[in-house]
Amino acid sequence: MKKDHAKKALSNWLSSRVKNWQHLEKNLSTRPSDCNDALETAREILAGFRSVQSDLSLAHRNMPGHPLTRYLESLFIKCHEAIYQPPRHYLSQIKDLYNIEIPRLMRQMLKPILATLVIFTLSILAGWFLISFFPNLVTLFASPEMINHVQSGKLWTDDLLNIMPSSVVSLGIITNNITVSLFAFALGALYGLGTLYIIAMNGLMLGGVFAFTAQYNLDDRLFKFIIGHGVVELSVIIIAGAMGLRLGEALIRPGNNNRLQAFQQITLNAGKVMLAAVPFLILAGLIEGFISPNNQFSLMTRILVGIISGLFLWYTLLFGLPLKNKPTLQGI
Amino acid sequence: MNYKQDLATSNHILIQSPEAFGMSIEIAGIGARSHAFIIDWHFRLLLAISWILGCGIALFSFQGMRYAFDQASTGMLYLWLAPAGIIYFFYHPLLEIIMSGRTPGKRMAGVKIVTINGLTPDVSSLLIRNVFRLLDSLPAFYIVGLAAVALTRQQVRIGDMAAGLMLVYSQEIDQKQLQQASQLALKSNLDPADQSLLLGLLNRWPQMQTEDQIRLGEKFLHKIGKTVSSQNQEITKQSKQLWEQLEKLAKTGEL
Repeated sequence: MKKDHAKKALSNWLSSRVKNWQHLEKNLSTRPSDCNDALETAREILAGFRSVQSDLSLAHRNMPGHPLTRYLESLFIKCHEAIYQPPRHYLSQIKDLYNIEIPRLMRQMLKPILATLVIFTLSILAGWFLISFFPNLVTLFASPEMINHVQSGKLWTDDLLNIMPSSVVSLGIITNNITVSLFAFALGALYGLGTLYIIAMNGLMLGGVFAFTAQYNLDDRLFKFIIGHGVVELSVIIIAGAMGLRLGEALIRPGNNNRLQAFQQITLNAGKVMLAAVPFLILAGLIEGFISPNNQFSLMTRILVGIISGLFLWYTLLFGLPLKNKPTLQGI
Repeated sequence: MNYKQDLATSNHILIQSPEAFGMSIEIAGIGARSHAFIIDWHFRLLLAISWILGCGIALFSFQGMRYAFDQASTGMLYLWLAPAGIIYFFYHPLLEIIMSGRTPGKRMAGVKIVTINGLTPDVSSLLIRNVFRLLDSLPAFYIVGLAAVALTRQQVRIGDMAAGLMLVYSQEIDQKQLQQASQLALKSNLDPADQSLLLGLLNRWPQMQTEDQIRLGEKFLHKIGKTVSSQNQEITKQSKQLWEQLEKLAKTGEL
């Protein structure tokens, strides 16, 4: 008798609820066509979520492990996700990232950025002195092909555009620079040591190669090649290195949080800075592919390109997008 | 946000509504993670190879591909090979963003990426997770990542730790299974655990070997105290008869 009642109760419950669940699921999967529809659907999802919670409580108590309970669990998760997921407005999120978050984070990260700049500069000087006093060690930094070019009085970049078109050069350079920057950032998780290695190696290489080209009076030509794209490229690598060092610092000195919390907090902030800085490597790659190897551009033009692109990068990262106050088309 | 406090148990995460209603989801372990990765690896490799072959044939003809490296211009080679590289290296970040924390491999392995609160991750978290692949994949074959998964209580690789994400089992039950389950719940006298077993068995039946079908089918019928009427027959017939018995049990609630 008691079993019959339970059966009847279950039957009534199921027959009254299944259609509601299906309706809720339909609401969750369809995209409303207009605002009124969207409002109505949102109300129905909210009401549905409350009833799913009570249904799931019942199901957990009376049918643990049953497929119906698992179905209700998945419906609960879908509703929870639909209700609590923050809205996704990608364009305004990107604008907010550049205009609000990045300037704030960059100010917080100024110390590690300066520290990385110092390490990088010291590495350049070390590379310069190393190769100036021990020229044979240039094989540590330069390939035999590069060394042969310099020894024959030419830079390895001289024939770059004869071998490959500018677009291809840019693509290769952009890929390489992005990889180096991401490595400099991610390897910070090895208590900062990986980042230190990458920053120091890049500095040593730059200083060493300059010292080597100076021995053949080619350093001015190397400077002419680098200045157009180098400001942005090296700035982004330094920023990436600084973010990597912050990751390492969070692990070494987690402060009031435990190591995992400190690591997550810093990764989130440093990751945002990386996300904002890395696209500038596309600009640097385009300059390096189209302007740097092209002899038609004078030194003055290149310096100007370097200064303007550098100012654009640092202004954007420190103060937000240059045109942020300009009214948008919708606002006119 | 406390990573540890948010965990219901060591291998579950807790999703909680403001009404204090909570539900836990099981964290996917190293096996499910590797399973998903291997499926995805095959997919991206096949996609990249398909591009190289398809585009190669279109640009140079099938025979001409052999000499393309010697004869074609660098620009042409880039046009041919770069998209294959993009497919291979951007497969995970792009698909995880587009498919809200899933990839085809993860879907097939029944797992998905969620935040520590059980929500779908945002774009920046997914990008951070993928940037740390550089570290997780060191020195080769994801040794660092696998070691992190094996050694952490929450079974996460460094990328997941950094982005505050987890890989969990995702339970998707479709409308057909819902109908089947409600039919069974209404008509059957079996207890909920046995109903669940029966539906699981029926759903997995087509993927099982005949010997396993017979072994598990008989075991289930014994468990619920029913007689097996398919013995002493050829195994295909025996399996078919068992299937019919189980299906009848699921539809009508009795044998």
